[in-house]
Amino acid sequence: MNRAALKDPAWVRWSLTALALTFLLAFLALPLAAVLTEALRKGVGAYAASLGGEDTLAAIRLTLIVAAIAVPLNLIFGLCASWAIAKFDFAGKAWLVSLIDLPFSVSPVISGLIYVLLFGAQGLFGEALRDHGVRIVFAVPGIVLATIFVTFPFVARELIPLMEQQGRDEEEAALTLGAGGLRTFLSVTLPNVKWGLLYGVLLCNARAMGEFGAVSVVSGHIRGLTNTMPLHVEILYNEYDFVGAFAVASLLAVLALVTLGAKSALEWWHRDELAAAARH
Amino acid sequence: MIHVEHLTKRFGAFTALDDVSLAVPDGRLVALLGPSGSGKTTLLRILAGLDHPDAGSVHLDGLDATAVKTRDRRVGFVFQHYALFRHMSVTENVAFGLNVRKGPGKPAKAEIARRVGTLLDLVQLGGLAGRYPSQLSGGQRQRVALARALAVEPRLLLLDEPFGALDAQVRKDLRRWLRQLHDEMGLTSVFVTHDQEEALELADEVVVMSKGRIEQIGSPAEIYDNPATPFVFQFLGNANRLEASIAGGVARVGHWRVAAPGIPDGPGVAFIRPHEIDVDLADPVAAIRHQVVLGPVVRLDLALADGTAVEAAIDRETHARLALRPGQPVGLTARRIRIFAENEV
Amino acid sequence: MAKGIARRIIPGFAPTLGLALAYLSLVVLIPLAALVLKAAGMGAAQWLDTLTDARVLAAFKLSFGGALAAALVNGLFGLLIAWVLVRYSFPGRKLVDALIDLPFALPTAVAGIALTALYAPAGWIGRFLPVQVAFTPLGVVVAMIFIGVPFVVRTVEPVLQDVDAELEEAAASLGASRPQTFRLVVLPAVGPALLTGISLSFARAEGEYGSIIFIAGNLPGVSEIVPLLIVTKLEQYDYVGATAIAALMLLVSFAMLLAVNLLQKWNRQRMGAAS
Repeated sequence: MNRAALKDPAWVRWSLTALALTFLLAFLALPLAAVLTEALRKGVGAYAASLGGEDTLAAIRLTLIVAAIAVPLNLIFGLCASWAIAKFDFAGKAWLVSLIDLPFSVSPVISGLIYVLLFGAQGLFGEALRDHGVRIVFAVPGIVLATIFVTFPFVARELIPLMEQQGRDEEEAALTLGAGGLRTFLSVTLPNVKWGLLYGVLLCNARAMGEFGAVSVVSGHIRGLTNTMPLHVEILYNEYDFVGAFAVASLLAVLALVTLGAKSALEWWHRDELAAAARH
Repeated sequence: MIHVEHLTKRFGAFTALDDVSLAVPDGRLVALLGPSGSGKTTLLRILAGLDHPDAGSVHLDGLDATAVKTRDRRVGFVFQHYALFRHMSVTENVAFGLNVRKGPGKPAKAEIARRVGTLLDLVQLGGLAGRYPSQLSGGQRQRVALARALAVEPRLLLLDEPFGALDAQVRKDLRRWLRQLHDEMGLTSVFVTHDQEEALELADEVVVMSKGRIEQIGSPAEIYDNPATPFVFQFLGNANRLEASIAGGVARVGHWRVAAPGIPDGPGVAFIRPHEIDVDLADPVAAIRHQVVLGPVVRLDLALADGTAVEAAIDRETHARLALRPGQPVGLTARRIRIFAENEV
Repeated sequence: MAKGIARRIIPGFAPTLGLALAYLSLVVLIPLAALVLKAAGMGAAQWLDTLTDARVLAAFKLSFGGALAAALVNGLFGLLIAWVLVRYSFPGRKLVDALIDLPFALPTAVAGIALTALYAPAGWIGRFLPVQVAFTPLGVVVAMIFIGVPFVVRTVEPVLQDVDAELEEAAASLGASRPQTFRLVVLPAVGPALLTGISLSFARAEGEYGSIIFIAGNLPGVSEIVPLLIVTKLEQYDYVGATAIAALMLLVSFAMLLAVNLLQKWNRQRMGAAS
């Protein structure tokens, strides 16, 4: 399609492009490069050593455990919420959708604070928990809760517009052919949303592993016990162990890049089956 | 035999069905015809169990099916936009209803495959068994949807504007083909359409609906020749609508006098079909404002003495023989005029 | 009669909605209620005390003022980037497009230390700048710009793509120059989306913690952001103070969420009315 009237003169195109790319270089590309450079500043040996430290390994393990709990739970929630919202009409639907968007407008620190207020020593349930010897805040359960809070919208936000876009016809058709609810969901709905689901899970996972503010408030920063990778980065950095800090950071950066890559791949190959492509 | 009795359905403040009762005899192909908002699709969906009425009942083969769930009704439904399962092949789509059966009701794999093959041949899609919906044309998709609905051996087939989304030529071919299929299978079928030509061509019986009510039920010929209400008259075919005044059982319409037995004195409405108006050169009562050649027919836009606009359709030979020109005064004879009282309109 | 029959055709409504609501209540509503309860339980005097504290006011000024500045910068450059990505082609365009989401995917702590390394006085960028960026309020704004980049670009891109080329051709045929066409035809079309993107960028920046605390300097009254203040109060066991500040911050956040939703609604209505 040759829309000659819409072509800007070459010098305009090149200067605008250059300006845009310079901005992106300064704000996006360089920070990424900096992580790698700083991590390798003392050579590959030092890099590998800092990743092998006991506390670092514990942090990696905790991050993986938290993600392994939070992501599947959010997945189930996302599927339930999007089924209820996309396939039915009911009063208060708009409120429900807004509620799901809530974590995006709450500061991560506050996301952690609310659990401290609920389960902390001086919190609403503080006494009761102490009497039963249950520790939520400053322990792993608190970290899981705070992570769930911050990441639960991702799967739902991906599936809701996708399922709404796909409508109810196919599900109704399955019903007329004699299929029950679960069979319809498994055979008809799920295959139709599988790429959107994967996309949502990827984003949810990336955020779950990388969450800092919320987890920082609930964790108590106990090395080897309640430190996730992002928190460990902060500890190492504050101790001036820059190589260590950037080494752990580089792992997280790689996770981010893998997420971005998978996300892009999904978008290019499955444009039609991702609401994100339309809404994004 | 399908019976619906006193069905009422409201969506918020909008009444989609208003006390509708209907009986569909076995083996017939029935059309629900009407403009959008007439309630025809709502009625169809209630028959399928895809919507619940606010009041009234549905009886299928003598049993009260009002509370029976969709999946248990054994009704085949063909959706307007096909609703094919986009991630399944044609074969998997057609076999779906058989695959979801549980226990003894579920045929063996080989039997399912055989039935699917037979059905695909029946809808003339034998060679496309492995294709996916996105690889098919609209007409092909519609036939897959039909095969899928037939696979479960339903006792009733329901089609929601089955050809609405297709090109004119494809629509014509599929219409003919659906009628043939129905004649072969003898399955009670109800289809929804807003296209009067489609209803008149395909159906054994036409149910004309408007604003949630049934206006008339009858054979295609019957409802065309003897429309029961002004709505039916105007919805089927072209119609001139003129003012009439009735006195003593006689209606005066322009210069025409028509017997109007049983219609009370007072103002009324007269309908005349354009092709039931003959034009001649004697006793002029109207002038030709404009004429248009439409294939085998010439449409004349006429004006009566009092300025009323009337449309007539005459064949080309007559037009040529009379050598009609715009501005020419002509006489009109109406072969048939239908009168309705004012309050019926 | 038809009464008393289940009103839903597709099955599974009650269990899925029930589960979703239960999850939401446990994870979101009850904890938030704890915050609201605590905040409501504080006396008015306490509220006034905390909120007129000079340190608190300075922190709010920095968090919200900085977020606004960053959002506006992102608005400008985000529009530019979206334009370049949608309208022009250059080698590596797809790669750049994928990279836009980096701030979205990169953990905030990683971003924080990386930006600090870059903008510190001896850093790759810091050494060339006339003013000191790291450990000053300016550093806070830089970090806020970083995390807000994707919001404007991603909100504007699809709208820009949908701008009917015929509209621009019509303008050209009527004698408008390219800058005029951009100003009079394109800009109004993407205006609402741009505004939405700026609001989203603002909302994200004012609550941001991890990316900022490394580069900020964190001097009370100078370069301390509100989330850090909350954390500090928590560490001092001043739960009341922390709650008061958090409650205020929430109020503003919700106001923003409402504004963004209304904006989007207005945008949709406007587009719907126009089409």
